[in-house]
Amino acid sequence: MSYNAALTDLIIKMADDELIQGHRNSEWTGLGPVMEEDIAFSSMAQDKIGHAWALYRILHENLEGKDPDKFAFHRPEKDFKCSHLVEMPNEEYGFSLMRHFLFDHAEAIRYESLVDSSFEPFRMLSKKVKGELKYHTLHANAWIMQLSQAGEESYQRMQEVLNNTMALAAGIFEASPEYENILVTEKVYPGEAALYQRWLDRIYPILVKASLNLPDIKTITPAYGGRQGIHTPYLQPLLKEMGEVFNLDTEASW
Amino acid sequence: MSNESLDPRVNRLKLGEAGEIVKVEEGENWNIYEVFHQEKRGAHHEHVGCVHAPDPQLALVFAKEQFGRRKKCVNLWVVKSSDILAFDVEDEDMFANNLEKTYRDASGFKVMEKINKFKQSK
Repeated sequence: MSYNAALTDLIIKMADDELIQGHRNSEWTGLGPVMEEDIAFSSMAQDKIGHAWALYRILHENLEGKDPDKFAFHRPEKDFKCSHLVEMPNEEYGFSLMRHFLFDHAEAIRYESLVDSSFEPFRMLSKKVKGELKYHTLHANAWIMQLSQAGEESYQRMQEVLNNTMALAAGIFEASPEYENILVTEKVYPGEAALYQRWLDRIYPILVKASLNLPDIKTITPAYGGRQGIHTPYLQPLLKEMGEVFNLDTEASW
Repeated sequence: MSNESLDPRVNRLKLGEAGEIVKVEEGENWNIYEVFHQEKRGAHHEHVGCVHAPDPQLALVFAKEQFGRRKKCVNLWVVKSSDILAFDVEDEDMFANNLEKTYRDASGFKVMEKINKFKQSK
């Protein structure tokens, strides 16, 4: 049934974004700029992986999906549907923070919209993650404000990293040509175009407050492809490392 | 000559040769914030420690990580330590009690006996 296929596609996209973003953020553990920030970033990384797990479980329990652990760690790269944004290596902290800001607002808007979903597990998940996402976006906003007001060099670096990350972030909202209509008609979610607009409306006033200029959206070519299984060269090494222990013995019980 | 350090605060301060005068620019150094933790609604906020942060908003974030993650917490306050007015340590003698006036100490009232008696009578 194509409704189930559409739902499965959407859940995998959302879950893979959470898993890969969570893994990337966890790479900062032990390396954060100050200890409390290190703890904050690591703890939010765990939250993301928790969201991924909740989504894989919905797949497993409602849509005949595989066991969540196997599905997460034992899947070829082309079957992943994460966006290019989350695959990118961490580089400097500025990029990681900007990605955190752009991704988490997109995530918050997506989960908020699911409170009215026709799919019941989405409604429950939406309520469950609300508090966590509130904190994640508060944390991101606080850093964006702080670093964009911390002198000329800091401001310029924030503006530069925003310019360089916008196209990647816009790639989050890559709609599936096959399934988008049915998901919107069935009121599973409002659709990528609507979420994209809401996201821009949400981040704009915060960027204004931080005196950062949002690049002209019309000039941006969103980094699409991830949702169709076409990935950057950075994903494969990440998957290898992430699944290294699990794949030593996929039948072991933990 | 700058002293490359893993601690960003040291680099921010541009510490050079020993003996050079270090000038701290506004906003360059972080402040200390005292953290108050509330365990349940309506309860007092209790002082639990302090955090080092560049502004009040991030002080709250750091306080949540440091003090909000173990026992139950419904709210936190942060207050810049320098905004707290305190007596001088040397003025401790102001609080000294005259031995003959211990009857003034609220702790001097022995009520548990009465309370227990009352409970038993119920």
